[in-house]
Amino acid sequence: MLTIVSNIGKYMLMMWEVFSKPQRLSIFWKRFIEEVNIIGVSSFPIVMLMSVFMGGVIALQTASNMDVPLLPEYTIGYITRQSTILEFSPTIISLILAGKIGSSVSSEIGMMRVTEQIDALEIMGVNSLNYLIFPKIMAAVFFFPIIIIFSMLLSMLGGWLSLVSTGLSSSESYIYGLRSFFRVYSVYYALSKTVVFGFLIISVSSFYGYYAKGGAIDVGRSSTKAVVYSSISILVANFLITQMFLL
Amino acid sequence: MIEIIGVNKSFGEHAVLQNINALFDKGKVNLIIGASGGGKSVLSKCIVGLHEVDNGQILFDGKDVCQMNELERRELRKKIGMLFQGGALFDSMTVENNIMFPLRMFTGMRKPEMRDKVNFCLERVNLAGKGHLYPSECSGGMKKRVAIARAIVMNPEYLFCDEPNSGLDPKTSILIDNLIQEITYEFNTTTIVITHDMNSVIEIGDTINFMFEGKNWWQGNKNEIVQTENPQVVDFVYASKFMKQIKEKLK
Repeated sequence: MLTIVSNIGKYMLMMWEVFSKPQRLSIFWKRFIEEVNIIGVSSFPIVMLMSVFMGGVIALQTASNMDVPLLPEYTIGYITRQSTILEFSPTIISLILAGKIGSSVSSEIGMMRVTEQIDALEIMGVNSLNYLIFPKIMAAVFFFPIIIIFSMLLSMLGGWLSLVSTGLSSSESYIYGLRSFFRVYSVYYALSKTVVFGFLIISVSSFYGYYAKGGAIDVGRSSTKAVVYSSISILVANFLITQMFLL
Repeated sequence: MIEIIGVNKSFGEHAVLQNINALFDKGKVNLIIGASGGGKSVLSKCIVGLHEVDNGQILFDGKDVCQMNELERRELRKKIGMLFQGGALFDSMTVENNIMFPLRMFTGMRKPEMRDKVNFCLERVNLAGKGHLYPSECSGGMKKRVAIARAIVMNPEYLFCDEPNSGLDPKTSILIDNLIQEITYEFNTTTIVITHDMNSVIEIGDTINFMFEGKNWWQGNKNEIVQTENPQVVDFVYASKFMKQIKEKLK
């Protein structure tokens, strides 16, 4: 319990340093663009693949469980859209990204710690927390919503492909379902969640990387912890945000 | 000049540094020697402010680093160059960008000016034309020399070298030692070298501090260390057969 409280305090103090003014803005922008590429653009292939199959499975599962004849066929499109926008794209894709990005961020910073590169930055007079972590957080906060919008669209496309190819529903009724009872608020809610998840993935992973000690095995352990705790923090934040903004 | 007065440092119950007093002169190569685990690296990290001391004073030209806040320490650190044991080069950057990094961060220099400065430093460490390499493409000795070039690019007033010869062959070690000595005299820096390489001690030790079990056990210079009768120092200096033979010849 004491360790948890101590780690939360350490995390807060770390965030205080991370969000200080960058020492040189031009270097911050250069790092921000690099991080958008590393964290954001490079994640597109896996997100695309996941989203198409995820949408396909949601549509198939819904269609296969539509036993009541009173339910209109367009319900499949409606349920696919709602599940995708509200939960599957923002939460499941974020959990996958916590694995992909979280481990990479944590091991990158952890290796810098154990090879004394962070000490070298500090000795030069650089605020290492701000220099290393701030551009990563900003890149995630900026780019995660873009990734998730793509994921939503591809998921719905995946649903359409699976239904049309199996003949479980007509294209027209699926598209009608997608457009039925649409509330823009759902998208705002999902994107807000994504921003929080992006922040949590990068900050929690950076925390475990930055305070890594020892050698390669310890960096590996930190990386595992980073993925586990960022995933847990996503699940807790998801619950709290849903409580606060959707109910 | 760096002065250390009554510094103590513990990790939990374990006292790593006990009442350390030392004076490191400007324009001289000041060595800290001693067996592994004797507190040398902890002392150097305390001096540059990477570790907090329990009590005592660390004065950089009269200013106590222990009393400084983080911003003041960052300002002071801009005057410090440090050569880490493993080089600590940024592996995502080329040699040129590694050396250019502090210039980019802290000066308003234009790119051609920075390039000139980097090329001057690379020539100074005999690595002209190697700026395009990545650290992973450099040998151990090259990495150390790149790290020296990065340490001197901002014309530091204080230069710290943590075991600059570890993992190097004798010839490259001497090259690195000579380079550190030349830079110290040329730029009039206060240089502190942590080492347990006896060649370095004999070659470049203008002042020597011998640490034993967290205490500053003996102080002197390279001429005095070969004549001292202090048992701990004698044990350390003449540990190898080779050094014992030298001692016999000296007698």
